[in-house]
Amino acid sequence: MSAGRVGVGVLLAALVAAPFVPMGGMRQYIFHVLIQIFVWSFIGGAWALMGRFGLVSLGHGAFLGLGAYTTTLLWNFFGLTPWLGALVAVVLTAALAVIVAYPCSRFQVIGHYFGLVTLAVGEVVRLLIIAERDWTGGSLGLTVRPAGADSLVAVQFADKRVFYYAALVLWALGLWVWHRVDRSMARSAMEAIGEDETAAASVGIHVTRFKIAITVLSAVLTAVGGIAYAQYIAYVNPDTLAGIGVSLRIVFAVVLGGMYALLGPTVGTALTIALAEVLRVVFGITYVGMAETIYGLLLIVFIIFLPSGIYGSVRDLLRRRPRSQPAAPVTA
Amino acid sequence: MLELRNVTAGYGAFTALWDVSLDVAAGEAVAVVGPNGAGKTTLLRVISGMIAPRAGALTFEGASLTGRPAYEVVAHGIAHVPEGRRIFPMLTVADNLKMGAYLKVARRAYAESLERVFALFPVLSERRRQRAGSLSGGEQQMLAVGRALMSRPRLVLLDEPSMGLAPVMVLRLFDLIRRVREEGYTILIVEQNVRQVLKLVDRAYLLEAGHLKMEGRAEALAEQDFVRKAYVGL
Repeated sequence: MSAGRVGVGVLLAALVAAPFVPMGGMRQYIFHVLIQIFVWSFIGGAWALMGRFGLVSLGHGAFLGLGAYTTTLLWNFFGLTPWLGALVAVVLTAALAVIVAYPCSRFQVIGHYFGLVTLAVGEVVRLLIIAERDWTGGSLGLTVRPAGADSLVAVQFADKRVFYYAALVLWALGLWVWHRVDRSMARSAMEAIGEDETAAASVGIHVTRFKIAITVLSAVLTAVGGIAYAQYIAYVNPDTLAGIGVSLRIVFAVVLGGMYALLGPTVGTALTIALAEVLRVVFGITYVGMAETIYGLLLIVFIIFLPSGIYGSVRDLLRRRPRSQPAAPVTA
Repeated sequence: MLELRNVTAGYGAFTALWDVSLDVAAGEAVAVVGPNGAGKTTLLRVISGMIAPRAGALTFEGASLTGRPAYEVVAHGIAHVPEGRRIFPMLTVADNLKMGAYLKVARRAYAESLERVFALFPVLSERRRQRAGSLSGGEQQMLAVGRALMSRPRLVLLDEPSMGLAPVMVLRLFDLIRRVREEGYTILIVEQNVRQVLKLVDRAYLLEAGHLKMEGRAEALAEQDFVRKAYVGL
């Protein structure tokens, strides 16, 4: 067993045992931050499934919002359990992903142009949510109708620990999906497509199919993340779940952590959330906007000097070092 | 082996190829020559399925490939070495070749194909761990041809292999293509370097402004006054 595996085991055990550690008055707050990190890391990982192959979406808020609003509306108006609501949401998100990906792939809308198309899609979903205010509550948002007591059917629990474990499982699921994609033939195909679509087609890769498949996968997971977030916060708002703001927040976190590495999105998300919290606590309301300014400056610095992300750069550094040392004899 | 009958194709409202009919027999090397913008690249793109023809028929070994997408055409045994090489610059040489054997049938014969390609282009074997983008232009072209051979094709389409290469390299490259030919591959090559390519192939077609103007044995075509003056520059 390598040192890395032991480290992972210890970390996982610590995460599973965390709810049983006494934390005093900070408990609720710490869990709140951790749940946020898990859910947004999962969403960041979903985004990176596309992003790492050059499909940089600036409108993942569309999928997030579609997922969250679908389950919330179905529950509020028809009493449909979010479990089934999530299925409906997944189908709708997959359909939206195909509607976006198919024409983009057919007409070779790639690179920056793809980014602009997705940017527009994210905004369209946000504006639709605001426009349908009779249903969605417009820009004031919508509270998930309380079930009264803890309820598995409604997926509502007073105890944050339930959400903590759910978020932990979700996060692990996201890592597993990433790992599967990373090990598959689809990864080589997508990498080839990301480098040169014409060349990829010329070696027999079905470019359109792969691009649609990875977009649907990414969108569906993002929607699931949106649903999880909505169930936890019990409130949906067009600005926190759709549009440019949240879409870019996902991108920044992933770029910061590194989109080519398994734990990159997690590291990036944890850092951005922690940074936002620290800046909020330090500056509070004394210097309005200071937190955002520092946050933005740090992001720019990181993106310029660590293009493969913090986690990606550290990992590369660690990998390079053993190689420069003299090779150990193969046989004893 | 390959038959095109009255193929018309283009982009949007623009028609690049008019009523083109062309044959390639098994084991032959055939060139399509002509000036810039004659429709040579479009012709290869139609054959490899990158664009669908507006009219006409395309048959390969008895099977109709008219309007079939690129990934299907490759599976039928036609490999396209696209214009401008189009290697995967960030991947290593070995990974580029691996991508060439992407289809299942090709993947099964991967080791054997790799050996063949390395025998043809030893320099690729030497540089297999290097990023493809760091190769010289000539080596990149060899890699592009090698990658195409990895899909175990019977017909190889070469689009302007000499483009952007130094004159010395062009000669070497044509030598290598000759060797590829001797391995038993059928070749359809599009070139502007008329003088060199006519020494390589059996037959040639002359394409001008989207129309086939002339067809004949390579030596005979090279002798024609009109061709010599216009393209060979003698």
